[in-house]
Amino acid sequence: MKNINNIKELVVISGKGGTGKTSLLAAFASLAANKVLCDADVDAADLHLIMDPQIRERHEFESGHKAIIHQDKCTQCGLCRELCRWEAITENFVVDPIECEGCGVCHYFCPEKAIDFPLNTCGEWFISDTRFGPMAHARLGIAEENSGKLVTLIRQEGKKLAEQKNLDLLLTDGPPGIGCPVIASLGGATAVFIVAEPTISGRHDMKRVAELAAFFKIPTMVCINKFDLNPKEGQLIEEFARKKNITVMGRIPFDHVFTRAMVQGKTIFEFDGHSDGSLAVEKIWNDLALHLEL
Amino acid sequence: MIISVASGKGGTGKTTVATNLAISYEGDVQLLDCDVEEPNAHLFIRPDITEVKTITTPVPEVDMGKCTLCGKCAEICLFKAIVVIGKTVLPFPEMCHSCGGCMAVCPEKAITETRRELGVIERGVRNGLEFVHGKLRVGEAMSPPLIRKVREYSRPDALTIIDAPPGTSCPVIASMKGADFVLLVTEPTPFGLNDLKLAVGAVKILGIPCGLVINRADIGDDRVREYAKEEGLNILMEIGFDRRIAEAYSKGDMLVKVMPEWKSRFLSLLRQIKELTPRKNSENPDEKYK
Repeated sequence: MKNINNIKELVVISGKGGTGKTSLLAAFASLAANKVLCDADVDAADLHLIMDPQIRERHEFESGHKAIIHQDKCTQCGLCRELCRWEAITENFVVDPIECEGCGVCHYFCPEKAIDFPLNTCGEWFISDTRFGPMAHARLGIAEENSGKLVTLIRQEGKKLAEQKNLDLLLTDGPPGIGCPVIASLGGATAVFIVAEPTISGRHDMKRVAELAAFFKIPTMVCINKFDLNPKEGQLIEEFARKKNITVMGRIPFDHVFTRAMVQGKTIFEFDGHSDGSLAVEKIWNDLALHLEL
Repeated sequence: MIISVASGKGGTGKTTVATNLAISYEGDVQLLDCDVEEPNAHLFIRPDITEVKTITTPVPEVDMGKCTLCGKCAEICLFKAIVVIGKTVLPFPEMCHSCGGCMAVCPEKAITETRRELGVIERGVRNGLEFVHGKLRVGEAMSPPLIRKVREYSRPDALTIIDAPPGTSCPVIASMKGADFVLLVTEPTPFGLNDLKLAVGAVKILGIPCGLVINRADIGDDRVREYAKEEGLNILMEIGFDRRIAEAYSKGDMLVKVMPEWKSRFLSLLRQIKELTPRKNSENPDEKYK
């Protein structure tokens, strides 16, 4: 078995959504040897649409609690409504599960013990086989919370898989944004790979997510997707990266091959390995492999 | 009336639709950017910011002079944000959800509240359009409380357009709950469709009427349209792939400024939304969207 400490993890994030994280990660999966795939974008997971995973294990994800008031025991004393900071309890003493934060304060203080506080099943997670190797992935229930905990869990399961199967690398598809699930996807990563797009929004969002990666002191790399859409913006992102000691890994041209491959459920290399986009990604991957000492 | 612009998948064009819709309407209108993790609408609206407010959330502070180390605070806290270690009580403010449980339970009244910064809210105007957005502090994990603060700026007599974050979990719910209509912006690709289905699921849980905008409508395949038909979802607008639109976006230029013919299409989108939104007793939308 592989020592878990020797497994490297590359987390692909973007700040802004829709810059091409998942398509690029799928492309890397085509090129990398000895890896486990991990989809940590648990609230809008898409990697499975290209990887077509054959599910081997299915687990419920239980996290957090929700309060339920038993009307037969409730004397409507109002203490719970007074204490609840989420205004989740209606005048008729019914808990709105969407507003309930799961803090348990009402349950703790209810003098009649009329408030149940069961564990919440808020998603599922899977261990699967794909044509590119094993994959850990998940599905957070719609409108559920605790996505950060599910991200942490799925990365741990990915690492365990790598350990069991003696694989070197975890390729993790991260969520957009900079909040809870992104923070959960960064801790302990070997390196962060930011996929930026050369737009005014892309640059703005890349700076914020790069700042977050710096906050966690994780070595960071960046590539610009759809570079020719606005070369000036692309160069501004590269200049910013160099100033912040972020390794600039290259430019990917605007290429419809990404969408066409996605429609067929393929990686860009399976669809057309000679397209401009594919050639650029191949070069980036080769440099990345050197960089990570794979 | 509140219209929340959401998508499931990121990068489908939420901000393009929300900003152009807001700019096109000539009445009393406000744009609230609730994508507080990565707010972008200001890059297009370019408002003159007139108000900046730091938003905080309460977290515990322990007076060790009063504390008897009874451990009740650690027992009630489900977020492991306050622990007793040896002869001291240690709060972890970053983990705290601000439920107030520790303060309520402390028999010695040794716990008071201090503040953790969530981020800032900026408010401004641009040609009569009221603009408000939240910017989550980098390193802060919890966006919903900041989103709820941005939404407090909503004025009942105005048309309020909300630019929501991507995804389907708590920040998105916080940006859609209480809206009169949810406009879902998608793209006709497998990723777009997968995430659209999740977003539609979220809208259904909230019981809000919704409709679709299909962006880059001529890329990908027809499965989004087939799904819309099966689900009885109205496709209210399609925006074809046009490199000029993509390039204008990349520079922060508004679609309705670069291609003015789009203004009437956004106004027609607004009329369709109005027709699909059940009328509330307290207002008469016909008066507002003529």
